[in-house]
Amino acid sequence: MPDLARAIAALAEPMGYDVAAIRDDFPVLARRVGEHPLVYLDSANTSQKPRAVVDAIAEHYLHHNGNVARAMHTLGVEATSAYEGARARIAAFIGARSASEVVFTKNASEALNLAAHTLGVGLRPGDEIVISVLEHHSNIVPWQLLAQRTGAVLRWYDITEEGRLDLDKAEDERLINERTKIVSIAAVSNVLGTVNPVARIAAQAHAVGATMVVDAAQAAPHGRLDVGTLGADLVAFTGHKMLGPTGIGVLWGRYDLLETLPPFLGGGEMIAVVRMQGSTYADPPYRFEAGTPPIAQAVGLGAAVDYLDRVGIEQVAVHEERITAYALARLARTDGVRLLGPKQPVDRGGAISFTLTTEDGFEVHPHDVMQLLDSRGIAVRGGHHCARPLHERLGLTASNRASVYLYTTTEEIDALAEGLGYVRDFFGGRR
Amino acid sequence: MNGVEEMYAEIILDHYRTKHHSGLREPYQAEVSHVNPSCGDEVQLRVALDGDVVADVSYSGVGCSISQASTSVMTDLVIGRSIDEAMGLAADFSDMMHSAGRYTPDEDRLEDAVAFIGVAQFPARVKCALLGWSAFKDATAKALAATAAKEDPR
Repeated sequence: MPDLARAIAALAEPMGYDVAAIRDDFPVLARRVGEHPLVYLDSANTSQKPRAVVDAIAEHYLHHNGNVARAMHTLGVEATSAYEGARARIAAFIGARSASEVVFTKNASEALNLAAHTLGVGLRPGDEIVISVLEHHSNIVPWQLLAQRTGAVLRWYDITEEGRLDLDKAEDERLINERTKIVSIAAVSNVLGTVNPVARIAAQAHAVGATMVVDAAQAAPHGRLDVGTLGADLVAFTGHKMLGPTGIGVLWGRYDLLETLPPFLGGGEMIAVVRMQGSTYADPPYRFEAGTPPIAQAVGLGAAVDYLDRVGIEQVAVHEERITAYALARLARTDGVRLLGPKQPVDRGGAISFTLTTEDGFEVHPHDVMQLLDSRGIAVRGGHHCARPLHERLGLTASNRASVYLYTTTEEIDALAEGLGYVRDFFGGRR
Repeated sequence: MNGVEEMYAEIILDHYRTKHHSGLREPYQAEVSHVNPSCGDEVQLRVALDGDVVADVSYSGVGCSISQASTSVMTDLVIGRSIDEAMGLAADFSDMMHSAGRYTPDEDRLEDAVAFIGVAQFPARVKCALLGWSAFKDATAKALAATAAKEDPR
């Protein structure tokens, strides 16, 4: 093992952090893929679920299932209390002032679409929306659609060679100016791992009266997300990347802003009074939650947040920083690997994208890398990771991505590095 | 050899490294561009017809070994055949790829394409193997329409 990697491996885990005990809480991590133990390095895509989350969902369905709000019987009251309890738990987890600032959606994409639709009502032709080239498609397409509907202009931050937002170029171009109405930026890049300077950009947005939206899908699972100090007006994230089930996402909003926004979807539970001539709408967060919401999923996300609190989200962040540092060092010394994005574990999350080239200079396609790694039980992503414009900006069609979480071990990173050696030999004609 | 190594048969890797008939050529009656949205792989493909014969198929693209090799094998099979024969081969290849591996391909008909039987066991990669073929079918239909319009201007 290279010296630097060994040095990093020797760094202590956070006090009391027992990765083996954590892994025991995730039954899937003990399974095999063919004859190989599973090495799950795709948590940025979706995280695995601890038994506590699955149990909480099962307990809800098996013993407390009823509809929320509208059902007045015992089960209805229990379901409502569980659903609203989850809302309060999540509000506390992200530092929201009150549970009414937490709107449940089905995922981060829906949360961002909700933001685009409701903020977009006031836009006029020539108004500007600012995003960045490193966004996930879910923080690009809703704004493109909004621009098409309203005649607003979509502009974006470029990136530097290191893979960070190019703030100087933005300054030169007067990217954020008096025409800017909305700025929407990822807190952490899902491809490059870059942690973006959200607070600084939010201050610039606010200085011109624009609303700051943050896509925190890759941030909320991995460290303390404090909406009180982030500087954002609206923050979107999803449950399934933070140990929760699929089908539940969150849009947090400053209450005084949410209060001014129109409804998104119409239906049950989002109304005050419905008359055939017209209706009045409920207060936030219910105004934005039409129809029967994802109740059991909210309960599951509440249990996920409880689990993260028991481990300690700060401890999770330290563990991941350590594993990311180890992975960056190990992969930088793996022949044929070219890392994309910041190479130092500073202001950097645990999504590590790379390309692989054989000894005779042949770039192995990410699908082929993924497939051969999978044959050794190693799960990584191969493709454009829903960030095609970023790949185009980097001069690539696709890449591979390994991503870490609270249960990732240095041994799994070793397996990845060894697996990449095998892939390289295979396509380099040394099979 | 494990399953995945069987999937990457020598024939596939050979075609991937040395693609047959690659590069875009004149003349042609139709050009199409097909993408695999999950990975961004693209193939740009041209078809030239001479009566009811596929006179030439030329292409350029970026993609994984499976999509690139499959396109290369496909050009070997269809160039010089009648349109009907080529479409019959396309149908056979599609049947094989959707068989989950339970298919006995006719090696005399499908030639090098039989190597893709292993890919049929990996559902995530079936699309890759079909990318070039779907572009060929589309371009041929467009070329026929263009030829018909020329012969029968309205």
